[in-house]
Amino acid sequence: MSIWSEETQVRAKEIISRYPEKRSAVMPLLYLAMAEDGYLTDEGMEEVALWVGITPAQVRSVASFYTMYKREKTGRYLVSCCTSISCMLLGGDDILHAVEDESGVPHGETDDEGLLSVEHVECIGACGGAPAVQVNYELIEGVTSEKARDLVNWLRSARPEVVNTDEMQELFGGVRSFDWAVSEVDGAIGPYPAFQPLGTVGTEVGE
Amino acid sequence: MSAALIVTRRMIDHPADSHRIDVYEDTGGYVQARRAVGMTRDELVDTVKASGLLGRGGAAFSAGLKWSFLAPARPAYLVINADESEPGTFKDRQLLERDPHQMVEGIIITAIANEVHHAFIYIRGEYPKSARRVQAAVDEAYACGYLGSGIFGSDHDLEVTIHLGGGAYICGEETALINSLEGKRGEPRLKPPYFPAAKGLYMLPTIVNNVETVSNLPHILDMGAEEYGKVAHETDTGTFLFSVSGHVNGPGNYELAHGITWRELIYEVAGGIRDDRKLKAWIPGGASAPWFVPAQHLDLEITKEATEGAGSMLGSGAVIVMDETTCTVRAAERLVRFFAHESCGQCTPCREGTTWMEMILRRIEEGQGREVDLDLLLDVSDGISIGLAWPPKMTTICPLGPSAVSPVIALRDYFRDEVMEHVRLGRCPLGTAARGASNSETDIDRPEVLAVETRRERGSGGRPPGEGSPA
Ligand SMILES: Cc1cc2nc3c(=O)[nH]c(=O)nc-3n(C[C@H](O)[C@H](O)[C@H](O)COP(=O)(O)O)c2cc1C
Ligand code: SF4
Ligand code: FES
Repeated sequence: MSIWSEETQVRAKEIISRYPEKRSAVMPLLYLAMAEDGYLTDEGMEEVALWVGITPAQVRSVASFYTMYKREKTGRYLVSCCTSISCMLLGGDDILHAVEDESGVPHGETDDEGLLSVEHVECIGACGGAPAVQVNYELIEGVTSEKARDLVNWLRSARPEVVNTDEMQELFGGVRSFDWAVSEVDGAIGPYPAFQPLGTVGTEVGE
Repeated sequence: MSAALIVTRRMIDHPADSHRIDVYEDTGGYVQARRAVGMTRDELVDTVKASGLLGRGGAAFSAGLKWSFLAPARPAYLVINADESEPGTFKDRQLLERDPHQMVEGIIITAIANEVHHAFIYIRGEYPKSARRVQAAVDEAYACGYLGSGIFGSDHDLEVTIHLGGGAYICGEETALINSLEGKRGEPRLKPPYFPAAKGLYMLPTIVNNVETVSNLPHILDMGAEEYGKVAHETDTGTFLFSVSGHVNGPGNYELAHGITWRELIYEVAGGIRDDRKLKAWIPGGASAPWFVPAQHLDLEITKEATEGAGSMLGSGAVIVMDETTCTVRAAERLVRFFAHESCGQCTPCREGTTWMEMILRRIEEGQGREVDLDLLLDVSDGISIGLAWPPKMTTICPLGPSAVSPVIALRDYFRDEVMEHVRLGRCPLGTAARGASNSETDIDRPEVLAVETRRERGSGGRPPGEGSPA
């Protein structure tokens, strides 16, 4: 008996079918497990082990290698501030500080309510729009300290169901690495990447 | 500068909808993939060889040669490296989001040339939007019969699986990427024997190519190898995407042929230094590359050979520009921190050395450095990269470890006085340490806590205690 919902089980089967060998599905299944529980629980990892036919210890060994598999309770909104070289040169440290200060959450931690987690991250490939921030891996480029504070307050008050990159860029962003061109209507629903089959599909505005 | 635009042409001509299949097909898209279906492996490999196309993922290896090395065993696999994580690099993201069909067409051509029936696109986990855009393009291509069974009505089948990474830079290294795709820890494999072309994914022959590399292929077939080879500077054929960031007025991705000078790139293409400040240094090819300084390198031509001749590399095409307000100790610390964080932990010199280097640099920047610290830093660096030579003498499984010493080489060669000034004054002479303190890296005063932190935080790092042996 799987601990996962019917829907998640269907997705798990579908994901596994895309690989020549079951074990290759470990990473996408770990994201599924995160989506089920909000973060990666021991039970989630055990379930993944059953699906791909390896031991829970092997799954844990894989999960612990990658920074995006959060094995501790993570807020509904994960705010990641880039403090790598190009962002650092343009004030990335100040952005992190503003986010920590406004939210009262030091990097690496989550608030009591389980709403916000804050972390500093290495380069997120937005150096031309530095300093850059992601919320649940949805990008905002050209952020200022003031806008970073606004972002924290917005997340706390608006509590968006879906975190949308275009909306956040409009509200809190500035200079971008390049013209994004494509606007999407959906986005992230938790602190894991919003990619099929995790509930959001990247539908373009107007489709 | 260079009028020739190849891989960004469509997104410039069709800024709003270059990602759509109708626009793609209206502008010549999928014509070459259709043609390739009727070509032999030899024809395709020879064409790509003749074009002189170099890999755009960092190592700049001939794409045609790589294909020709593919071992005969089948099935063979194709893996597109879209793990773009080298600090300063954001070019592949633009190609993925703005012209995904161009890459898909490149994948089809590569698959036909290499008798591949299953391709994987490994996209870094922090690029979910890129993954969504690529998925949309792949879905469209499937719907049109350009992917799936019997593509373009031929008997060639091609499945494409999009795989999202988990936030580990090291997975950009091709053998680590293969391990990751097999559902394992993203640890690089020893080469030899694990050359992907012979023992790659599932120990089968595998081609690993970068996003930008394959995005060039439709154009090579369209223009012909000879014409394509004319867009060139000496042996560097085609155009290259440069991701320019840092203290320039016009950061962004620029598609250029090689051969212009760094002065032209920084001052003309990228609009010069913000607030008319003075240029202090720049990194010519991503975080791994040794730095350049204006006094010696500004009028150097941007070519693979000239850059290597001057002791650096063009790497991933990321140019990170630092003006006179930059504290080079702080910049070095930030770069070394990256490598320390991303070290997979397999090799002791890399795992231990990068952590030490980060701590020493941080203490210098915080004003707690000692006279001997630069020498200590060089000593530790020497342990990772013997003789601090460039290109490095390899003592580790992969080049990540040796890359970490590049910023230290820069401090030694160009900024020794600035390092010593930190030590003498007991603070950062440029006043950036004050800002540094606001980075809430408060553990700095407590080295023993820092050591524990560093280890704990290293998600993609040293094996956590009690995790047993790697799977
Ligand atoms: C530490 C490290 C990180 C790398 N990261 C990337 C990357 O993010 N993207 C990439 O295409 N190549 C990366 N490479 C290079 C790959 O190993 C490989 O050479 C490349 O993907 C081959 O494609 P190409 O020949 O088309 O350039 C990296 C190499 C190393 C050593
Ligand atoms: S050099 Fe560093 S990153 Fe590369 S395999 Fe060794 S420990 Fe891992
Ligand atoms: S350095 Fe921050 S996005 Fe690249």
